[in-house]
Amino acid sequence: MAVKHPAAPPARADRAAPRSRRARGVWVTHAALILAILIISAPLIFAVIKSTQTSSVVLSPSLLPGGAFLQNLSGVWEDAHLGRYMRNSLVVAVCVTAGKTTLALLAALAFVYFRFPLKGAAFTLVLLSLMLPTEVLIIALFDLVSRDLKWANTYAAIIVPFLASATGTFLFRQHFLSIPTSLADAARIDGCGPLRYLTHILIPMSTNTIGALAVIQFVYAWDQYIWPLVIMQQDDKQVVQVGLRKLIEVGGQTDWGAVMAGAVITALPPLIVFTALQKQFSRGFALTEDK
Amino acid sequence: MLSPGRARPTPDAGENAVFRGRALPWVFLLPSLLILAVFIYLPALQTLRLAAYRANVILGTEQFVGLANFAELLSSPAYRQVALQTLVFTVLTVTFGLLLSLGLAWLASRPVRGASTYRLLLIYPYALSPAIAGTLWLFLFNPEIGVVNALLGELFGVRPRWLDTPVLAFGLVTLAAIWKGLAYNIVFYLASIQNLPGDVMEAAEIDGATPAQVFWRVAFPLLSPITFFLVFTNIIAALFDSFALTDILTRGGPYTGNAGATTFLVYQLYQDGFVNFKTGAAAAQAALMLALVAFVTWMQFRLGERRVHYGS
Repeated sequence: MAVKHPAAPPARADRAAPRSRRARGVWVTHAALILAILIISAPLIFAVIKSTQTSSVVLSPSLLPGGAFLQNLSGVWEDAHLGRYMRNSLVVAVCVTAGKTTLALLAALAFVYFRFPLKGAAFTLVLLSLMLPTEVLIIALFDLVSRDLKWANTYAAIIVPFLASATGTFLFRQHFLSIPTSLADAARIDGCGPLRYLTHILIPMSTNTIGALAVIQFVYAWDQYIWPLVIMQQDDKQVVQVGLRKLIEVGGQTDWGAVMAGAVITALPPLIVFTALQKQFSRGFALTEDK
Repeated sequence: MLSPGRARPTPDAGENAVFRGRALPWVFLLPSLLILAVFIYLPALQTLRLAAYRANVILGTEQFVGLANFAELLSSPAYRQVALQTLVFTVLTVTFGLLLSLGLAWLASRPVRGASTYRLLLIYPYALSPAIAGTLWLFLFNPEIGVVNALLGELFGVRPRWLDTPVLAFGLVTLAAIWKGLAYNIVFYLASIQNLPGDVMEAAEIDGATPAQVFWRVAFPLLSPITFFLVFTNIIAALFDSFALTDILTRGGPYTGNAGATTFLVYQLYQDGFVNFKTGAAAAQAALMLALVAFVTWMQFRLGERRVHYGS
């Protein structure tokens, strides 16, 4: 809460005037927020409306919803292979999210609960990878994945290189460090090994961090664009973000109703994940009222 | 995506080191380290090596040319234009993106009824991809059938050629990038605003400070660590996430001077690497971008340590 207003009676006599000003301020805040949300959401609202219009209406400025959504969708789903692209993206995003979370949990476990030589060097190696975005490595990565590993046009090419997560390792490490050591001591004395401690104690205590990271990682994996664009030449393995590009460039005439239906459907999976894990996402980043 | 304040970049001395075992920690670390080594560090080294060759990935040809690729890039007017455009684009998106999201986050953190719904509605666009953003904006700003021009034509009788006019296309991509980045920034600003010491601002208010004074004199300085962190994450986002947006919206065009008006560094890298197949030149560009990212990160740590107080 940014500013707390005391519920106790005001100590000063001149409190009444600011209060009426404040009441007006509340309505201004509401109005400004609603306006801002409308402007920010306008492109999406527009897309949803246009995705329901028939091909004759969609090119007009009309903003009245129509009844052609399913027709538009079935067009792109089968003819433009949106269904296949969506399935590919789903496989990739789920695998990357699950893999990244698992590997990051294991790495954080090693960094927090063990003492071993070269720990600092290993940690630096993980952290420094943040400085090397895939986009910059794409030339050499293409060389490696397509020529040396011969993974071009396989799911492995868009899953495996993204399984390590510096962000995840770092956040889990910070979270584990905030958990009292006595808990791990007690577990060890009771004969509990590190893996059991991870699955039985740490993971249940880390649901918010896991949820927050899952949102970030799913969105990141779902949004992949430049790498699938270059490494996937076969259309049947392509992801849906690149599929959108193909929807737009079909011949000269773009079927905008169908494209908007495609865009709306493409937006759904990350939105569903985001909405489902919204509480964890917010708590993971301390967005709730009471910290 | 690492939040400051909680940042402790050096590993602890091991006061939590509870479990024994020499090999075990390495077993846990191995999958992560192996993937980083093979898919991050090896390609990074390979990029530096390729930058010294006139190479073609498709044909598999390589010829050592030393620093010639770099010399060519730095003396190329087209590349300089691309670098300048990237700089302007980055400065604009970071500045306006952060100002807007700070304002909106501040507004959404007011204790009004339904505040949590407002917050959710402000941050959900985080889940929209740059490619979707590009697709939506492409239709909205289509010169003939886009609703924006329908509206402008109705009201002012103008129908700008958004995608064919260099300045307009540049502005459009910038605006779309700012729009796309808002939700991410709002998430972090909301989190930090909620962690601000309420009593300090209350005291300022009781002392007669106007809301504007509370914001600029009290809240804004307290938000400097998160602003600082967001400046750097936004610079990185402007450098790399702009690819999908420009690829769908403008394909790097329209043409002006020596390069497309919306061709930024990462787009040029892709063009040279995978459209023109000038692998060596692309690798040299990648090496320059690596240096840029390293510089930005170094600045972040350097300035962060000196100027910004992160608290405990």
